[in-house]
Amino acid sequence: MAEEKKVYTRTKGIIEGAVSGFCPGCMHSTVHKLIGEAAEELGALDKLVRVEGVGCCGLGQFYVTCDETIAAHGRAGAVATGVKRSSPDSLVYTYQGDGDLAAIGLAETMSAANRGENFTVIFVNNGIYGMTGGQMAPTTLVGMKSTTTPKGRDPEEHGYPMHMSEIINQLTAPYYIERVSCDTAQHVIKARKAIKKAFQYQLEGRGYCLVEIVTSCPTNWGLDTLKSLDFLRDKMFTEYPLGVFRDKGAEEK
Amino acid sequence: MARIEINAEACKSCSYCVLACPTKTIEIGKEVNSKGYLYAQQVNPDKCIGCAMCGHICPESAIEVWK
Ligand SMILES: Cc1ncc(C[n+]2csc(CCOP(=O)(O)OP(=O)(O)O)c2C)c(N)n1
Ligand code: SF4
Ligand code: SF4
Ligand code: SF4
Ligand SMILES: [Mg+2]
Repeated sequence: MAEEKKVYTRTKGIIEGAVSGFCPGCMHSTVHKLIGEAAEELGALDKLVRVEGVGCCGLGQFYVTCDETIAAHGRAGAVATGVKRSSPDSLVYTYQGDGDLAAIGLAETMSAANRGENFTVIFVNNGIYGMTGGQMAPTTLVGMKSTTTPKGRDPEEHGYPMHMSEIINQLTAPYYIERVSCDTAQHVIKARKAIKKAFQYQLEGRGYCLVEIVTSCPTNWGLDTLKSLDFLRDKMFTEYPLGVFRDKGAEEK
Repeated sequence: MARIEINAEACKSCSYCVLACPTKTIEIGKEVNSKGYLYAQQVNPDKCIGCAMCGHICPESAIEVWK
């Protein structure tokens, strides 16, 4: 009999034996492990530095093994700029929710992208403020109920969902922008590849990369884990189509 | 022979692995872990092909796979 080989291992990027604080089925957990796996595959786990936004990602500080700092709400883009410029050998990423990145942090997000800063943005878009109990985010879908839009988001009153990957794709400087998800094993593998590519580009000094992960928030969407997958596929992917928006690295080849 | 190990304490009963397994060899069991979650268990392990789809999809990194 051929010798047995381990084909899937828990990443060293998350603390041994730790159980995440995220809700059942929440893909924040998935994204955390993918960051660890991607950095590990590049042999760069010891260079990894996390600049954390404010939101449910705050639970990640008790879960990951890398060095990290927490920015004031929305300001991760500015803090990461400082970290990366003063410590250029570090592999720096921001981890931000849609409320953090697209609402309170919009100015810092756009400015860092426009300067083409050489760090990686991990943007977790679940269409809602998860941490604070389900208020409307800029990314909340039209008609979607939240605690601040109890009758559903009404564009007349609340405007339309913001597509951050598309908006940042209007800028000249960004190097790589892709939108992925984690609802199937195939999508998880693709998401890991996207994060790994963004990290690789950073190590090569190529500049600003954004990986948007469209995810669910079963708790504040008020759906069980499996129904939240249906909502993600039927509603979120329609508004936020997955795919590569820009890859200057591929164009150069 | 391919096999998996599920860390019952890390499992949160989301069922994503049950859905992802092409050979239908994982089920949510009837026992709870210390947090009160009914955790995933492997049934008919002989059918496991070691594809690791369960490992990839599991948000909690609760599954490891050998082949
Ligand atoms: C300056 C400031 N304003 C408001 C808050 C309250 N607050 C904490 S998290 C959050 C929104 C988080 O939403 P998101 O970024 O989408 O993260 P999620 O929890 O959904 O992953 C808000 C408004 C705060 N902590 N600081
Ligand atoms: S509240 Fe939503 S985003 Fe936050 S951990 Fe729970 S499911 Fe995830
Ligand atoms: S390795 Fe593949 S076949 Fe085996 S339990 Fe996991 S998903 Fe199913
Ligand atoms: S995917 Fe992971 S957390 Fe979800 S039921 Fe399976 S083992 Fe448990
Ligand atoms: Mg959110």
